[in-house]
Amino acid sequence: MTSGGIRRSFTAAATLALASFGSVVHAAPGPWQLNMERGASTWSQVPYHLNNISLAVCTVIGILVFGAMFIAMFRFRKSRGAVAEKWSHNTMVEVVWTTIPVIILVVLAYLATGGLTSWADTTGSQMTVKVTGFQWKWRYDYVDYMGKSIDKVSFMSKLDSQSNQTRQLDSGMDPYAVKVGDESTYLLDVDKPLVVPVDTKIRFVITSGDVIHSWWVPATGWKIDAIPGIINAAWANFQTPGTYRGQCAELCGQDHGFMPIVVVVKSKADFATWLAGQEAQSAAPAAPAGASTAAAPQSAQVATVPVSGKQG
Amino acid sequence: MSYAATHDQHDDHHGAPKGFFQRWCMSTNHKDIGTLYLIFALTMFFIGGSFAMLIRAELFKPGLQLMQPYFFNQLTTMHALVMIFGAIMPAFVGLGNWMIPLMVGAPDMALPRMNNLSFWILPFAFVLLLSTLFLPGGGPAGGWTMYPPLSLQSDSLAYVVFAVHLMGISSIMGAINIIATILNMRAPGMDLLKMPVFVWSWLITAFLLIAVMPVLAGAVTMLLTDKYFGTNFFNPGGGGDPVLYQHIFWFFGHPEVYIMILPAFGIISEIVPTFARKPIFGYKAMVFAIACIAFLSFIVWAHHMFAVGLPLGAEIFFMYATMLISVPTGVKVFNWVATMWGGSMTFETPMLFAIAFIILFTIGGFSGLMLALVPADFQYHDTYFVVAHFHYVLVTGALFAIIAAAYYWMPKWTGNMYNEFWGKVHFWNSVIWVNVLFFPQHFLGLAGMPRRIPDYNVAFANFNMISSIGGFLFGASQLIFLGVLIHCAFFSKKKATDRVWEGAKGLEWTVPSPAPHHTFEMPPVIHDDELAHGHVND
Repeated sequence: MTSGGIRRSFTAAATLALASFGSVVHAAPGPWQLNMERGASTWSQVPYHLNNISLAVCTVIGILVFGAMFIAMFRFRKSRGAVAEKWSHNTMVEVVWTTIPVIILVVLAYLATGGLTSWADTTGSQMTVKVTGFQWKWRYDYVDYMGKSIDKVSFMSKLDSQSNQTRQLDSGMDPYAVKVGDESTYLLDVDKPLVVPVDTKIRFVITSGDVIHSWWVPATGWKIDAIPGIINAAWANFQTPGTYRGQCAELCGQDHGFMPIVVVVKSKADFATWLAGQEAQSAAPAAPAGASTAAAPQSAQVATVPVSGKQG
Repeated sequence: MSYAATHDQHDDHHGAPKGFFQRWCMSTNHKDIGTLYLIFALTMFFIGGSFAMLIRAELFKPGLQLMQPYFFNQLTTMHALVMIFGAIMPAFVGLGNWMIPLMVGAPDMALPRMNNLSFWILPFAFVLLLSTLFLPGGGPAGGWTMYPPLSLQSDSLAYVVFAVHLMGISSIMGAINIIATILNMRAPGMDLLKMPVFVWSWLITAFLLIAVMPVLAGAVTMLLTDKYFGTNFFNPGGGGDPVLYQHIFWFFGHPEVYIMILPAFGIISEIVPTFARKPIFGYKAMVFAIACIAFLSFIVWAHHMFAVGLPLGAEIFFMYATMLISVPTGVKVFNWVATMWGGSMTFETPMLFAIAFIILFTIGGFSGLMLALVPADFQYHDTYFVVAHFHYVLVTGALFAIIAAAYYWMPKWTGNMYNEFWGKVHFWNSVIWVNVLFFPQHFLGLAGMPRRIPDYNVAFANFNMISSIGGFLFGASQLIFLGVLIHCAFFSKKKATDRVWEGAKGLEWTVPSPAPHHTFEMPPVIHDDELAHGHVND
């Protein structure tokens, strides 16, 4: 390869790296993505920055340590006539290289503790959504919004049918053909997404009806386990309207890889319209939405009762 | 009196028994049992490796091409169980069996018959475990961590639990034997602080084993009674708590992680001084660092559980404790580099693997530090970033150390030199392909690919294909290793000297190559300058 070719390919690689590490808000993972996404909620910056800072610290330490090692391997080789020295101890050096890591750790711990404390504070939320994991779908119950309790707005959310057909063994269908608009949504789309308003502190209360699942939308910056018998709480405040995708992150049986999560963030006005529509639907007797809420507890039982042999 | 007691067995002190069954199945000889352990570990390594090949084949491109998701889950579960309990741990026990008596100047292990029993339990445990793959309902598919309630859905739970019990009994007996040997059987003059670092690392590891294997046995027994005897330890419907299992499991699981890496630290601390021809830097600091890491391993278990919803105080405590581990671990890495500095280095295959260990294990340590930061872990947890992390510490860490040890001590075991050219071919193939295999998995995890999934969005396709190609070639490279081992044991014409390596120090190099069936029947005389770690009393 000519030097011009090397330079060109280096530039191309640098551009690619910049694009991948850049601060684009990813709604979904991209091809060749190298780094964590920045996320779309007020808190999601915290893990993003911690990730970058700790990676930078590790890179610098790595360059120093591995650099020293390669210098040693080059300078002190027997083939260059190096004669081994006898020393095996140096208190000064040992104290220094024990102390410096401690100082670095204290800084990292300080940053992480601040971020963690703000994450753990779910007070002052303006909306509550209950999330329940089932083998292998999610149920969303809208509990309250702006201080008013919401009645009977709840639904199941499971893998979209196009992904579901494509993912069958020997389906002969092309995963690349599963798209919504330009976006490849194979295994990352659902039949009915969770809809939430923008600029609202939303408290998620998360549990499970059968085995342990984990509710993870990378754009929120966190995941938390959905555990039967336990209710976990976490919060997110989305900054930008959009569609954010995630997946179950705790092994939950054969279709663990096939229970995605989609959160659609709407403007407050759009959300109010959507919510009113849902409430009207569930208020109307014998409406389809009513049927789906009635079906939900039933499937919960189905998933809970036969503990053995269900997977096989 | 003790002389009289041993006098009766004087007849078999002259050589190995002739019959195959007598020699291998009824052996009480630490060298033969060590060999059995190592061959068993190598077999399991290839079985567990074939599971990994199937996993990488299914993940080669998006869409399901080869297997149903449930079978994929069985593969990931079995791959972990076989590699952890079948390959890495028995390999270390085998190395300990072979080398500890030679390194401390003991004639054999302290409890030779128990040594035989602790090995021969293992094949039965693994027949039990692997047989589930051929039974109706299939093998365990809830992950090697066996989290309830999912693991209770499996029909093969009882097989797995009994297999784990057997492995646990084997490990505990092995650990007792190693402690008894090190504390009671050292040659006069081999003070504790003159022992090779490998012996120290095994002494500490053995205490960890005794402390945590019963905890694992308890945890899986509770799974068993929950499934078959109506108890509700982990069933919230009956007042139990699924998170309780995770606390118990990881109280075992985290020290277990160090059980798989401390002996590796010991091995590297033997190999680096030998090929740098310079005493190990900071011997006491090295020993103290191992003890420190072992202690810390008991108070960091919940860092595997940051996403289960622990209280804030607990998350902060476990984060700080976990970060602390990087201090003694860093000291070890710095000391290895300082051992090389000012040395007179040559780069035979064991040294190459040891150097690769130091660099790549440190990379695994870096991602470990990143994982310790709780807010960042909320993103990393249960993604391929974690998969990349623990494969860097276990494959390029523990496994590379075992391979380095095999090349280092093979000449002593067989009396023949291995083929250096093919050893280097094995090294370069391993070190290149293992990085092609695992490095892109960092990117996959950061981009959001969860672990333990058989199929993925097309955005993850590029790096998965690269990773799979690296996986197949890394797997194939290990066949070179097998070839080198077989050649060295049976066909090599090049005889090894007693010292084998120019810079080798320590008692194991004072016995002939191959090491005779019985060594140190008379305790050796220890000369301090014959030991590997320089002036410990400075």
